[in-house]
Amino acid sequence: MPIHEQSLIRPENLKTHDQLVIDGVDVSGHWSTFIESRVVKDYNERLQEEIAALPGGEHIHRCWQCGSCTNSCTVNAVNPDFNPRYWIYLIRIGMEAELLRDKDIIWQCVSCNKCTYACPRDVFPEGVMKATAHWLELKGHTPKSKSTVFDEEFAGQVTQTGKIEEGRILQRFFAQTGQPLRPDWLVEMAKRVARRLPFKLGMLMGLAFLIRPRTRGWDGARRAIEEYVDEQHAKQSKALGLDELIEAAQGEVAGAGRGRLD
Amino acid sequence: MSDTEVEDKKAKYRRVAYYPGCALEGTGHAYNSSTKAVGKALGLELQEVKNWNCCGAMEVKNIDPKVQTYLSSRVMSIAANEMRADVVMAPCNGCYHNLKKAEHDLAQDPASREVVDRISRKAGHAAYRAGQVETIHALDWIKHGLGEDGLKRRIKNSLKGLKVANYYGCMYTRPRHIFPEKDRGPGSESTSKPHFMDDLLEAAGAQNVEFPLKTACCGGAHTLSDSDTSTKLVLNILRAAEAAGADVIATECPTCHSGLEMHQVRAEKVLGEKTTVKMLYFTQLLGIALGLSPRKVGVHENVSEGLELLRSKGLA
Repeated sequence: MPIHEQSLIRPENLKTHDQLVIDGVDVSGHWSTFIESRVVKDYNERLQEEIAALPGGEHIHRCWQCGSCTNSCTVNAVNPDFNPRYWIYLIRIGMEAELLRDKDIIWQCVSCNKCTYACPRDVFPEGVMKATAHWLELKGHTPKSKSTVFDEEFAGQVTQTGKIEEGRILQRFFAQTGQPLRPDWLVEMAKRVARRLPFKLGMLMGLAFLIRPRTRGWDGARRAIEEYVDEQHAKQSKALGLDELIEAAQGEVAGAGRGRLD
Repeated sequence: MSDTEVEDKKAKYRRVAYYPGCALEGTGHAYNSSTKAVGKALGLELQEVKNWNCCGAMEVKNIDPKVQTYLSSRVMSIAANEMRADVVMAPCNGCYHNLKKAEHDLAQDPASREVVDRISRKAGHAAYRAGQVETIHALDWIKHGLGEDGLKRRIKNSLKGLKVANYYGCMYTRPRHIFPEKDRGPGSESTSKPHFMDDLLEAAGAQNVEFPLKTACCGGAHTLSDSDTSTKLVLNILRAAEAAGADVIATECPTCHSGLEMHQVRAEKVLGEKTTVKMLYFTQLLGIALGLSPRKVGVHENVSEGLELLRSKGLA
């Protein structure tokens, strides 16, 4: 992947001096801008494997860096820092620290699948974005994004009852993400509908909220799904070495505790 | 498509298993009632899938994609094995997309088959086998089940003078590998420039505007978790429709539809950006053209005030 990354040069490492003479040579001013050297030593050689162990990330190795994903990306058009091709590049060469600089926006992929449509190598970049966002959370680099809270609430309801009820999901999502239960604009929208909504439909939706819609005879499916998902999570935990991470963290906490006692 | 294929589809789509999905029982209620009303007016029969479950929408795949495959497979299994149906029709882009994706994965990927077999066995029903049913969208259902000519003959209230931007969203065309029947030349749907909705509304008398954002994304997956991005994406779509001279954006997905409506309000409240283009489901527009009342197709249930527009065009 011989792609030169302009963005690997960090802005804070670009140095221009108003007055500087080195060995008798005047190197002041813009024409003598220096790039402070930086040596990367902390490669995570297993990064690609870890991403590939999560659902959606399986085909990351196929990427040949054509850039069709970023070029077609919906979110990139809104925020140029959102750059799937670049992140795939960093993951493949194991530059974890560089990847972490963008950790707070990777979850924003909207799953429009334009990248997957455009990709000539069947990398399924949409899946890679989801796997990467998931990896960041599992490794403790980012808190659970609002999107993950929503996904878990949604998937939890489907697993439990076979169906979802929108009102309940909304209410629980707003509560869990610490947002006001009724943002202004949502109230405004509800008012506009309520003006014309027939009484009967309002009743039905209220009833759906109280009496949760469910698929009959769903218990067997629920148990089978829960069992399968638990197995998958255990496998992923192992692939990412999460148990070791947790042990190490516990060791550190215990060590720090002892330090205080001494 | 050959003439025999056209006739074959016409016969096959006359009576289909209907999978409304969760959204059509909630925010997309008007899409549900208008789809049923249009089917009735056109003599196309719907039999709701018995005791269906959620397809997993845009969310369950992020927990585990193969569980999502199972959810869709169960719906198709009931249609095939309990109802003996050949065709499942889903008006919601999310449901339609997920059933298509499950169909593709079950045909191509042994690991997906294994998971579906295992969960189906434990859940106590027959596992779905790829090829047992054909999944279609409400657009295919009317386009192929009746055709533009059949539709034209039934128009009582032509949409003449109504300028429409046809908005298809993401899930109806992307990624293309799960839609093997698309991009197959004349008569088939295009994944880069879809036109089935354009064709049907034109047959109903509407004037379709040149709309470049037909398959742009409304940010539906993060409509609540990343509202600022969704509002920007929706504003692009609304502005492009207005710039193209559209009175109304025709929709064919409950998530897109409520996303456009919700973020039109949010853009106005939060950003002070007001747009006036209206949103109506394509089935609502077809219903009006077939002579059904706006109430019958649920125009009053929409957030955006479509009724006034229809009145101003002499359609209500």
